[in-house]
Amino acid sequence: MLARTVTHALVGLDARRVEVEAHLGSGIPGFAIVGLADRACQEAKHRVRSGIASAELEWPVRRRITVNLAPAELRKEGSGFDLPIALSILAASGQIPRERLDDHAAVGELGLDGSLRPVGGVIALAEAARRAGLPRILCAERSCAEAALAEIEPVPVRHLSEAAAYLRGERDPEPWVEPNGHRDEKPALDLADLRGQERARRALEIAAAGGHNLLLAGPPGTGKTMLARRLPGILPPLSTAEALEVTRIHSVAGMLAADRPLVTDRPLRSPHYNASVAALVGGGPGPKPGEVSLAHRGVLVLDEFAEFQRPALEALRQPLEDGFVSIARVGGRAVFPARFQLVAAMNLCPCGARGDPAADCKCSPQRLSAFRDKLSRALLDRFDLVVAMPRPRASELAAPPGEGSDPVCHRVAAARERLDAVRAEWTKEATELLDRAVERLPLSGRGRARARRVAETVAALACEPAVGAEHLGEALAYRSPTELGPA
Amino acid sequence: MSDLALAAFAAETNRHLVRKPRGDPVFRAFARTFDEAAYLGRLRENGVTWLPRTDPEFPPLLDAIHDPPPGLFLRGSAGSEALRRPTVAVVGARACSPYGAQVARLLGKELGAAGIVVVSGLARGVDGEAHRGALEAAGTTVAVLGCGIDRDYPAAHAELGARVRASGLVVSEYAPGVEPAPWRFPARNRVIAGLAAVTVVVEARERSGALITADLALEEGREVFAVPGEITSALSLGTNELLRLGAAPLLSSADVLELFGLTAQQPEAVDLTSTADAVLARLRDGPTSADELVRSTGLDAGVLASALTELELAGRAVAAGGVYRAN
Repeated sequence: MLARTVTHALVGLDARRVEVEAHLGSGIPGFAIVGLADRACQEAKHRVRSGIASAELEWPVRRRITVNLAPAELRKEGSGFDLPIALSILAASGQIPRERLDDHAAVGELGLDGSLRPVGGVIALAEAARRAGLPRILCAERSCAEAALAEIEPVPVRHLSEAAAYLRGERDPEPWVEPNGHRDEKPALDLADLRGQERARRALEIAAAGGHNLLLAGPPGTGKTMLARRLPGILPPLSTAEALEVTRIHSVAGMLAADRPLVTDRPLRSPHYNASVAALVGGGPGPKPGEVSLAHRGVLVLDEFAEFQRPALEALRQPLEDGFVSIARVGGRAVFPARFQLVAAMNLCPCGARGDPAADCKCSPQRLSAFRDKLSRALLDRFDLVVAMPRPRASELAAPPGEGSDPVCHRVAAARERLDAVRAEWTKEATELLDRAVERLPLSGRGRARARRVAETVAALACEPAVGAEHLGEALAYRSPTELGPA
Repeated sequence: MSDLALAAFAAETNRHLVRKPRGDPVFRAFARTFDEAAYLGRLRENGVTWLPRTDPEFPPLLDAIHDPPPGLFLRGSAGSEALRRPTVAVVGARACSPYGAQVARLLGKELGAAGIVVVSGLARGVDGEAHRGALEAAGTTVAVLGCGIDRDYPAAHAELGARVRASGLVVSEYAPGVEPAPWRFPARNRVIAGLAAVTVVVEARERSGALITADLALEEGREVFAVPGEITSALSLGTNELLRLGAAPLLSSADVLELFGLTAQQPEAVDLTSTADAVLARLRDGPTSADELVRSTGLDAGVLASALTELELAGRAVAAGGVYRAN
């Protein structure tokens, strides 16, 4: 009276094999789930019982039912164990053939009416199933396209009774919708919407070409946010491997659209400034990816940068440096990739009037220095490009719209190829200029390294084989201004 | 009973004293037990020297004011002779505009390069910029504190204070341990005005501490300059009012240097590219953002950025909040 179904449990982005064993024994009738199951998992009892009844299958009354989720030391979370628990009980009670469960993985949440609901992270679970040599996975119909991305055959299940009928060999699986059957048109955010702001546009292009982090500083209403949101539009499209990486993270976060499971556009994340450390870098008892991971291979926009809590800002430093977040928990360690490009926007002072000729800044020197102290040197060092955006005059806003995103995107792609292909040489003039700049400007060792990196990108954008003085000169114009402390 | 005892007593009782309180039994008791040698020893350990007014080294200009301090505490690598060299005070608003910061820095630099000692109050804004300018030119600069000689005030300028001490002097009439208090700053300003032959007010609101310095300088018959500002700016109300009252307008550092029989050093001639020259010509019409320059010069944003960096490195332009000014 024992049956077993294979499923998987998420540990960060990876999935570990979990065997769901059901045993029907004699004794006082009851139903127990053991094996370090969390609350959502324990509640499966009620859903499974109602689901089996609703599917007009038989609940083994007068039997003592024990369900074990093995290995017992691994913490199990969420509602995805409902289906494997139900199938194990049905097999143990002889309602479906036990051996059919040996070549199927199963995942999904049951409704009280026996219907099957999708859960997050199916692509990771399906991939683990394929690696474990299981040819098919039983999952909700809406999860099928996602599971198929892991190159495993999904079996769509709309209702528990369907699953039972299929496993008994009474019916064939239904066809499911192919992933990404239709593509959305390009997002409407185009650089042509912006008027003026030539310097900031240029900086955005350099940031896109070199993968530099960009800080935009200026009074409110100068188009900082508008500009930041247009960065994904000028980045080259995701490669297939990158798209799968991104999809996996978004799947684990439960954020995939059913009709377009494969994320093909670079993600753009813009959390509000009250975001906690865990919301930004990830966390929770069973670690979930944070905004930095959701922005993996894409852009993280932090508007009102100086308003973020200091611990949240400091927590950004490690992923910015390493490209991943590692979260340690009692049950193990989860590693989430976080290779994102950061665009931050902020005012030049707490009241926001600084940089605006029409307004008078009322900030006291103490308030101003507290505002600046919030941005640690170490954090500002992560921005290769800093652009002060003063308020444009009325005449500028009446200027014709600027260049659209498409030509910029082409230049960016060409520059990226160039940067990948050859290591830039430095002309004598450029090296001399760099020495002079270190001497004359407040430019630290890190500031110097940043200027070097940006100059190489500028040269690549200009399709020049060597970095000239004019390229370095431009790069130096985007150094951190003295308003934000010495570079 | 020495002047040092008086300074120590003032610190102890948190008072401002310039002469001995006659008939005060508390002071008499204090002076009787005061161990001058031990006190001087402690000062020396902390790198502080005491320059009493009775010392022939005491700056004669400061000695000439009507309520000179009993002496000065000095801290820094320059000797007390620095206080007797030609000295100019550069003072102004703490919350200054980019224009005020630029002028203060430029004045500090040009006066410092010409060998003038630049005196100011180590405060934020104009004061700090004047010190920085002088340091940039490797000139001597003196910071006068309104608190005990051992204090870093304001805290944000602790590093600047250390740089001033490294090549110049930090001075105070107050003994170690005296807390900064608002009422002490006008007294500090009289020391700034007293040390300097000439006082320049860079930017001041209608009721600014810098105006107190200017008034004190005028009372002592010293030369006072004011830097003209925009009539629409609240930060220029004080300086423009000074001009109306007869202060001399400062149009360049040469105006001050002339009084000392000095001429301004010509800025080192740097060959500018023709693009940079064209941009500089535009900047001379007034402060301009990079984006406006793109439109008025017709240059590409990248080329323009490069030209602006060239001007900055040559010391011909400065940037603040994304707005560039000719220097």
